[in-house]
Amino acid sequence: MREHYDVLVAGAGPAGLAAAQAAVSHGARVGLLDMQARPGGQVWRHDVRLPAAPAARQAIEALQGVKLLARHSVVTAEPSALRVETPTGSDLLSFGSLVLATGARELLLPFPGWTLPGVTGAGGLQALAKQGWPVAGKRVVIGGSGPLLLAAADTLRKHGAHVLGMHEQASAATVRSFAWQLRRWPARAAQAAGLRLRLAGVPYRCGSFVREAIGGDAVRGAVIETPHGTRQVECDLLAVGYGLVPNTELAALLGCALDEADAHPRVRVDALLRTSVANIHAAGEACGIGGLAVARIEGAMAGHMAAGDVAAASALLPRRDRERRFGALLARHFTLDPRLRELADERTLVCRCEDVALGALAGYDDARAAKLATRCGMGACQGRICGTALAELGRFPRGGARPPIFPARLATLAGLADFSPDDARRGNRP
Amino acid sequence: MSGSTATFDLIVVGAGIVGASCADAASAEGMRVAIVEPGPIGGGATAAAMGHLVAMDDDPAELALASYSLGLWESFADLKEAEFSRCGTLWVARDDRELAAAAARIARLKAADRDARLLDAASLHELEPALVQGLAGGMLVEREAVVYPPRVANHLVRRAQSRGTRLFAGRRAQALYRGGVQLDDDTRLGGPVLVATGCALPDLLPMLPMRARKGHLVITDRYPGLIRHQLLELGYADSAHGDADSSVAFNVQPRPTGQILIGSSREFQANDASVSPSMVQRMLERSFAFVPRLRGLQALRVWTGFRPTTPDGRPYLGAVPGAVDQWVAAGHEGLGVTTALGSAKLMIDLIQGRRPAIDPAPYSPWRMAA
Ligand SMILES: Cc1cc2nc3c(=O)[nH]c(=O)nc-3n(C[C@H](O)[C@H](O)[C@H](O)COP(=O)(O)OP(=O)(O)OC[C@H]3O[C@@H](n4cnc5c(N)ncnc54)[C@H](O)[C@@H]3O)c2cc1C
Ligand SMILES: Cc1cc2nc3c(=O)[nH]c(=O)nc-3n(C[C@H](O)[C@H](O)[C@H](O)COP(=O)(O)OP(=O)(O)OC[C@H]3O[C@@H](n4cnc5c(N)ncnc54)[C@H](O)[C@@H]3O)c2cc1C
Repeated sequence: MREHYDVLVAGAGPAGLAAAQAAVSHGARVGLLDMQARPGGQVWRHDVRLPAAPAARQAIEALQGVKLLARHSVVTAEPSALRVETPTGSDLLSFGSLVLATGARELLLPFPGWTLPGVTGAGGLQALAKQGWPVAGKRVVIGGSGPLLLAAADTLRKHGAHVLGMHEQASAATVRSFAWQLRRWPARAAQAAGLRLRLAGVPYRCGSFVREAIGGDAVRGAVIETPHGTRQVECDLLAVGYGLVPNTELAALLGCALDEADAHPRVRVDALLRTSVANIHAAGEACGIGGLAVARIEGAMAGHMAAGDVAAASALLPRRDRERRFGALLARHFTLDPRLRELADERTLVCRCEDVALGALAGYDDARAAKLATRCGMGACQGRICGTALAELGRFPRGGARPPIFPARLATLAGLADFSPDDARRGNRP
Repeated sequence: MSGSTATFDLIVVGAGIVGASCADAASAEGMRVAIVEPGPIGGGATAAAMGHLVAMDDDPAELALASYSLGLWESFADLKEAEFSRCGTLWVARDDRELAAAAARIARLKAADRDARLLDAASLHELEPALVQGLAGGMLVEREAVVYPPRVANHLVRRAQSRGTRLFAGRRAQALYRGGVQLDDDTRLGGPVLVATGCALPDLLPMLPMRARKGHLVITDRYPGLIRHQLLELGYADSAHGDADSSVAFNVQPRPTGQILIGSSREFQANDASVSPSMVQRMLERSFAFVPRLRGLQALRVWTGFRPTTPDGRPYLGAVPGAVDQWVAAGHEGLGVTTALGSAKLMIDLIQGRRPAIDPAPYSPWRMAA
């Protein structure tokens, strides 16, 4: 089956939602796809127990006229079309123009014990809690860097977790300077103040990071490095995330140029969010970490651009630039302590799909050579986790993009519209 | 020109499975060897290959080289790095015509000391329950195996290094000159040169024509036991050696990890490495027709590679026509992993002025000078 949209939006987070809304306002036929069952992306992820934020509710209600394609996972790209997998089959969605709003994922860094059950990312545990994973009564230690630690703590507490502490790797002086600069973004300052108020009583330690997870079958505690020395705490769950990195795999597969100045690539766009490929725009975290406000404004800009209204997009430029400056502020203040690169030892697994320890990579200075010799990055996540971590550790940049973006049924890659397990069992004669 | 000239008994250009095998064989005889490789060891065609060690019987010369090489591969059976798995090859016949042709193939293989036997439909399904019903039977070559080619290449290079071979890593051979080779940093290495650069051969030896024949492969997640043998259709040779612009054939392999590797496609005129959705579709449809359960498996990655292909399908093994102390080992098309070890022995015999174990004439590059 092949369906055509004037404007197709990939990713239904804040950026994608805004893009779809803007594009449909011009009368375009708009499709908004996401692999998740519900729109909202990361920050507005549907919570099984708690009501949605008013802004999220509004953004989702504003989708009238937009064809919402939930549980549609983009697995490969063809010229002017995306192949998506659904629970029952696959589709080829062709587009006049495309908005990439594929967001970001959490940066996980390996440390001894990080593969123990009960150790997750900070955003990862937040997402699990929203999906109904039981955290009530659990003692949780949160570590890593950036505002996500506070957001995660807030959600976990609302779900009944007992958050023992938040360990921010940036120094107290840096965090103070960040808070001071925040005054130039009053809405965010207010947000942050609200968050801190709700989290009053939860220790927030700066210059502090998780050195090791302890446990046998599951995590039982964490070794924490603080400015005043090393200490050990008991916990049931350990959630550690070092900020976010853009999801650029789909863009790369489409041939869009990436900006690779930093350890983690982002989609290269011009001021009006055009990628290097005609009729493809990108918005939000995919173009560089900037947070919710950037995602919403850029989404709207990209939606206008995709529908051909350059003026409406240009009008949003000043606001967008202002919000992007906030992103730059974040990046500047939450740069990672070099000591974090030394946490993993020889025996620490880097590639958990293929069980490759850091020591096995000694002597390789190229992702592909290391992969060919050790299988590092060859598993189900295709280096999404280990490749990103190794890039952050300064070992080598991630290898190139190959389909599928996510593991996909062979039937999908074969272009079969309908998949039924019975079909596969019955089979047909060659 | 800067830099002094280091000299060697043999300078191997290219560290794919073929160059690595040559360096290994030369260093084993005490030769002072250099290897020049700009990329990862085994990062060319060798990294893309299925790693099936298989005798094809449609060309007697190719069969002789494969049979010789398969014997040499036995010494790698217990080597951890090789990931050697003796799954055997099971050739599948769709109908009685194909099955009847298998009898002749068995005779040809036996003549080359390769053991093979015919299977009826019932025993075929007993061996491979995942195969579709209604097939006519098959041909089983029990002793054949699969390996992991880039790690073998790595192992061979390291073994050569342990005997004193020097690896010029990250360096490309820029040009051959009388008495040696010049690298891209202007270093000159002196001594006889063996060019094993696969598809890139014409860069250094333009008189030896070479085409790149593109192939696609798909790897799945782990499904241990779903299939047990390397499975191919008996009609494979038609696809593999035909001259059609593009073709696909059923060719599916159980990796020792429990993953399933699915091939194969062949395309001339496709020069970029990008994955072609339509080729992948054709290839997968072909595989579903034989193993319907493949449809529901999770694919992890699709990639492409290029088979170095000579005009007559045989590798160039021997002296470069009209040159002194220049040798070539390239053009192994879809069988270079299988035939690398025998090719290397044959080359070193020729270079040392000995008589090789098999007749080298069919592979002589001089056939292009005629
Ligand atoms: C784990 C995590 C937790 C976070 N928690 C918070 C928080 O609590 N507060 C906060 O302010 N910020 C949070 N953030 C930051 C957040 O990324 C941004 O603030 C905001 O969500 C960015 O919006 P976006 O639309 O650019 O991307 P996202 O919200 O990330 O949306 C991208 C969407 O694209 C979809 N997608 C990606 N690739 C494909 C594909 N191939 N096929 C189909 N769909 C695809 C994803 O499923 C996702 O729904 C979090 C980020 C992460 C990674
Ligand atoms: C999809 C696919 C599946 C296959 N499956 C099988 C199989 O199952 N069984 C089998 O036996 N064979 C198989 N093959 C064939 C096999 O991969 C090749 O025949 C074999 O790898 C060729 O080895 P090579 O060393 O000649 O070439 P390559 O591996 O390509 O090595 C050539 C090397 O030369 C280097 N080089 C190039 N130019 C220069 C220069 N100027 N200076 C220095 N170095 C240079 C390159 O970087 C490269 O590393 C398959 C091939 C493909 C594409």
